[in-house]
Amino acid sequence: MDILNGLVVFLNFVFIPAAAYGAQLALGALGVTLIYGILRFSNFAHGDTMAFGTAIVILLTWGLQALGVSIFPLPTALLALPLAIALTALLVLGTDRAVYRFYRRQKAAPIIFVMASVGVMFVMNGLTRLLIGVNEQRFDDGARFLIDVRTFREVTGLAEGLALRSTQALTVVLAFAVMVALFWFLNRTRSGKAMRAYSDNEDLALLSGIDPERVVRLTWIIAAGLMVIAGTLYGLDKSFRPFNYFQILLPIFAAAIVGGLGNPLGAIAGGFLVAFSEVAVTYPWVRVVSYIAPWYDPGPGNLMQLLGTEYKFAVSFVILIVVLLFRPTGLFRGKSV
Amino acid sequence: MKKLLLATAAGALIAGAAGAEDIKLGISLGFTGPLESMSPAMAAGAELAMKEVSDSGLLLGGATVVPVRGDSTCIDAAAATATVERLITAEGVRGIVGGMCSGETIASLENVARANGIVMISPSATSPALSTIEDDGLFFRTAPSDARQGQVMAEIIMERGLNSVAVTYTNNDYGKGLADSFAAAFQEAGGTVTVNAPHDDGKADYSAEVAALAAAGGDALVVAGYVDQGGSGVVRAALDTGAFDTFVFPDGMVGSALESNFGSEIDGSFGQNPAAEGEGRDLFLALAEEAGFDGAGVYSGESYDAAALILLAMAKAGSSDPAEYKNHIMDVANAPGEPILPGELAKALEIIADGGEVDYVGATAVELIGSGEAGGSFREIEIRDGRIETIGFR
Repeated sequence: MDILNGLVVFLNFVFIPAAAYGAQLALGALGVTLIYGILRFSNFAHGDTMAFGTAIVILLTWGLQALGVSIFPLPTALLALPLAIALTALLVLGTDRAVYRFYRRQKAAPIIFVMASVGVMFVMNGLTRLLIGVNEQRFDDGARFLIDVRTFREVTGLAEGLALRSTQALTVVLAFAVMVALFWFLNRTRSGKAMRAYSDNEDLALLSGIDPERVVRLTWIIAAGLMVIAGTLYGLDKSFRPFNYFQILLPIFAAAIVGGLGNPLGAIAGGFLVAFSEVAVTYPWVRVVSYIAPWYDPGPGNLMQLLGTEYKFAVSFVILIVVLLFRPTGLFRGKSV
Repeated sequence: MKKLLLATAAGALIAGAAGAEDIKLGISLGFTGPLESMSPAMAAGAELAMKEVSDSGLLLGGATVVPVRGDSTCIDAAAATATVERLITAEGVRGIVGGMCSGETIASLENVARANGIVMISPSATSPALSTIEDDGLFFRTAPSDARQGQVMAEIIMERGLNSVAVTYTNNDYGKGLADSFAAAFQEAGGTVTVNAPHDDGKADYSAEVAALAAAGGDALVVAGYVDQGGSGVVRAALDTGAFDTFVFPDGMVGSALESNFGSEIDGSFGQNPAAEGEGRDLFLALAEEAGFDGAGVYSGESYDAAALILLAMAKAGSSDPAEYKNHIMDVANAPGEPILPGELAKALEIIADGGEVDYVGATAVELIGSGEAGGSFREIEIRDGRIETIGFR
C-alpha cells in the first residue's frame, strides 16, 4: 500500500506534469530542429511565433464561443487550430519572403540568419502584444479533469490523490499523433524525402531536380503547424501570457540541442529529457521516499530538494553546457552547432 | 497712493475669498498590475471624500478638490516614482493618496515626496519597514502594519484548530514582510510552519512550487500573494493536484477575483483583511452604493479615510500647503474632539471653522498610532458557497 501511495505521489507531482511539459517542449524542439536541418539556422523567433499563433487561436476561439460552437468535453480551441495554422503559415511565409530569402540568395553565413531571426523575434513579439495585449488569457473551456483527486481517492481508497487534467492527456495524445504524422511524412512521401535530401546535401538535391524554394516553403508551413500546436497546447495546459513564450525558448533550444540539432527523433527525446530533469531536480522527494523507504529518515525540515523551484530555468542551462562540452553533436548525432 | 494700495489689498482678499482655489490631490494606485482589480474601488473611495468636501463648499473658503489619478503599477518602483513625480511637478498636487504597495511606496516617498515636501497617505502599503522609515513627518497610512496582520492571522488559524501550515509568499517587500511576521507569530503561539517558500509572479505554471509545498505538507496553505497574479496561480495548481484544500488568504488575496477564479472550490478557506466594523463602515457602504461602487472592496474605506484626513488637516491648518497641514493630520485623526463618520465631512469642516476639535473616525475607525499608521482592526472572512462572507471583526 505504501509503495502504491509513493507511486501515486510520484505520478501526480512528477511524472504527469513532466510528461505534458515534455510533449510541449518536444513539439517546439521539432520545429526548431526542422528549421535548423533544412534552412540551416537557429530560429530565435520560434517562441514568439508560437505566441502569435496561439493568440490567433485564442481570438478564433472567442469567435467560435460567441457563435455558440462547442465540442465539449474537448476545448473549442482545437476547432480553431486549422485556420490559425493557415494564418500563421501565411505570416511565416511572408517573413521568409521579406527577410530570409534575401539572405539565402546572398548565401549568407548562418550567424547572419540567426541575427535576422532575432530581429524577426522582436517584430513578432510586438505583433502579438498589439493583437492580444500583454495580459494572461485563459481559453480552456473543455472538461477540466479526466481523473480528479477526490474521485481517485474514493475509488482506490489510497491516502494520496492523483489528478489527470484533460489538457495534460490531450497534450500527450495530440503531440504523439503529430509526431507520428510528421515521421510518416518525412519518411514515406515524395515531398518529405525531398526535404530530407535537401537537408542531407543541398547540392546533390539540386542536381536531382528538387526545387529548393518549394522545400523551403514546405518547411515553413510544417514548422508553423508545429509552432501553433505546441503553443496552443502549452496555453491550454498552463496559461497564455506572451512573455512566457519568450521564456520557453530556452528549454526548447536546450531540448533541440541535447537531442542533436537537425535530428527529429533527438528533438523529441531532448524535450522529455529537459522536462523530466527540470521537474525532478526541483522536486522535493521527501514524501515519495517516506512511502517507499520508510526506514530512511532525512531529518526534520529536510525536503530532499536538490534545487529551489526558482532555479528551474538553470537546469536547462546546465544540461546545455554539459552536452555542448562532452557531446557537441547531441545525443542523437545531429549537426554540430 | 496709500488708498490705492489698501484698495488693491482689499480687492485681492475679496478675490481670494470669492474665487477660491482649486486644490489638486493625487491618487497614486496600481491601476495596472497585480492588484489592478482592487484599485478602482479604492480610487472611487478617495474621490468620494473629495467630492463630499468640494460639494460642502466649506474647505478654505469654498475650494474645489480635484482628484488626479496616476498609475503606480504596484510592482514597478521606477514607474511609480515617475508617476508621483508627474503628479507633483506637472499637476501640482498638494497631497497624495497612495501608493498602493509597499516597495513602490517606499521608493516614491524617498525619491520624490520627501524631496518636494508632499504629504503621502497610503491606504494599503502594509510593510513593517514603513513604520520606521525616515519621512520628515510626511508619510501616514490608514492601513495597519503587516507585523499586526501576521499576529491576527496566526490567532485566527490557531482558533480553528490548525497547528501546522505551509506558507508561500510573493517574492517582494510585501510578501516577505507578511510571511516572516506571520511565521514568527505562529511559531510563538505554538504552531508549526512546515515551509516558508517564495513564488514569483507572472509564471505560466506553479505546479513545481506547489509540489514543494505539498511535500512539506500542512493542514492549510497560507498564500501571502496577489489575487490577480501568482497567488491565484498557486491556489489553482494546489487545487488541481489535490495538494491542499484549505487556504488562508491575507489582504492581497481577498478580492472579488477570488470568487470568479475559484467559486465554491475553495469553500471553507478563510482569511482576513484590514477593515473595521461598526457604524462608520455601514455608513460608508451606503455612501459607496449610492455613488455606484463597491465599498466592501478591500482598502476602499481606507482610501476614503486617507483623502478625508488630508482635507480635514488642510482645513485645520487653514492652508493647503503640505508643510503647514502635515502637522495637523494626527490632530484631526485622534481624540479629543467630535467623532466624525463618513458623510459628515461637512459637519467636521464647520466645527473646524468654528475653532472646535474633531476626532476623525471614518469608514475604518481611524486611530493613528506611532509615527502615523492605523492601529488596525481586521475583518475575518470565510468562503461559503463560492462567496466571500464576513464572519467577524477583531
